[in-house]
Parts: sequence; C-alpha cells; structure tokens
Amino acid sequence: MAESSRPTTERPLSPHLQVWRWHVTLAVSIAHRFAGIGLYLGLLLIAGWALAVADGPAAFDTYAGLLASPVGLAVLFLITLAAFFHMANGIRHLVWDLGFGFKPKTADFTALVVIAFAVLATIAFWFRMAAFGAFAHV
Amino acid sequence: MSDLRTPLRRVRGLGSAKHGVMHFVHQRVSGAALVLLICWGFSQTPFLVLHGYDGAHVWLQSPVNAALASLLLAVGLYHGQLGVQVVIEDYIGKTGTRTVLLVLNAFVAFAFAAVGVVALLKTAFGGGAL
Repeated sequence: MAESSRPTTERPLSPHLQVWRWHVTLAVSIAHRFAGIGLYLGLLLIAGWALAVADGPAAFDTYAGLLASPVGLAVLFLITLAAFFHMANGIRHLVWDLGFGFKPKTADFTALVVIAFAVLATIAFWFRMAAFGAFAHV
Repeated sequence: MSDLRTPLRRVRGLGSAKHGVMHFVHQRVSGAALVLLICWGFSQTPFLVLHGYDGAHVWLQSPVNAALASLLLAVGLYHGQLGVQVVIEDYIGKTGTRTVLLVLNAFVAFAFAAVGVVALLKTAFGGGAL
C-alpha cells in the first residue's frame, strides 16, 4: 500500500542543459573538465618522452621530430594552455573548498581572472621558449 | 502492485558507500601538489627543449630532477585517474560499460605512470648520454 499512497505525478527534474543561461562560470566549469582530460593526454606524452630518452638517440630523434611537427606543436600549445587554465581554476576550486568566493559577482570575476591568466601565461611561456631558441631548427 | 516494500526499504543499501571523502581529499591534495610540480616542470622545459637528448641525460643525473619528474608523472596520472573516474561516473549510466571504462582508466593511468617512472630511473641510474 505504501506505493499507492504516494502521489504518482511527475516530480520536477533538476534543470537540463537547455534551460541554463550561458555564463562565464558555466563555460569555465565545462572547460575545466575538457582541460583535465587533455592534460591526461599530456602526461601520457611526458611518459612517452621519458621512454624515448631511456631508449636511445634514434628513438628520441623520432619522438622529438613528431612533437616539433606543426601538429605536434599545436598539440603542445593546447596542452600548455590547458595546464595553466586547469591549474588556475584548480586553485579557484581550492579557495571555494575553504569557503570563500561564492558570491555570484566574485565567482564571475575569478572566472575571468582564470581565463586571463591562462591566456597570458601561455603566451609568456611560448615567448620564453622562443627566446631560448626552441624554434631555431624550425 | 508488484512491490510490497516501502520506499525506505528499497533505497536502503543504495546510498553512499562512505568512502567518497577519501576520493575528495586525494583529488585536492594531489591537485595542490601538482600546482608546485607543474610550475617546476614549466621552469625546466626550455632547457630540455634546447639541449635535446644529451641535455635530458645530463638533467636526469640530478637526483632532484629525477625525483621531481617521477613525482610529476605519478601524482599527475593519479590525479588524472581520479578526475576521469568522476567524468565516467557522471556520464556513463550503464553499469557494465561504466565498470569496464573505470577499470580501463585505472589500467592506463597506472601503467603509464609505472612505465614512465621506470624509464626516468633507467636514464638516471644509467650514467650520462649513451
């Protein structure tokens, strides 16, 4: 009888993706996941680098050549962007875990700070790489 | 009426396994460690890119570099395994598919961590450039 004594009307569901207004906090939250998955791939590339270093000069040259190709450099660029973004937003998450920064205006502002940091740090990193002569062979 | 059990009876045993806090804490602590490890890693990248194969061998002769590079790989892949686990649990509803993906995620993360760390140590202990 417990079953029939309860109302069988449709209960409200939690909001679906379609009814959310597109917002910077939403975009950063989604990008955090995509960046994290991308960094998983980045770590696999570092493991591959460690293998190439251990294997010998021939394997290293092949691997370094792949990474220095246009596609390889594009992947590496995106991985550095993902790393700076995920790191900055991860710190934002840690601050939330301490109980700060939940006001909508604060959350909006810190989301924009994370985006700005990720873009500027990525550009600075690649300028530094160029200054070190990393692209001298290209 | 096919089920005489009360709603409470049906949900019993379907709740939290009481182990979620461990995942939460490990994700955050490994994340905090990675902030430091990633900053260190990015500070080393220009040298490694510039000096290539011989440079990497010289670089790994330093125990600090070998240890921190191993930590970056191991802690990074552990953090990645925890994160991708949440993504799988969020989006894959079918129990069988979900279980397979969760096991595969753990296998890939820990296999690459082991292989990567052994490769780093082989270079570190193997002397200078070959």
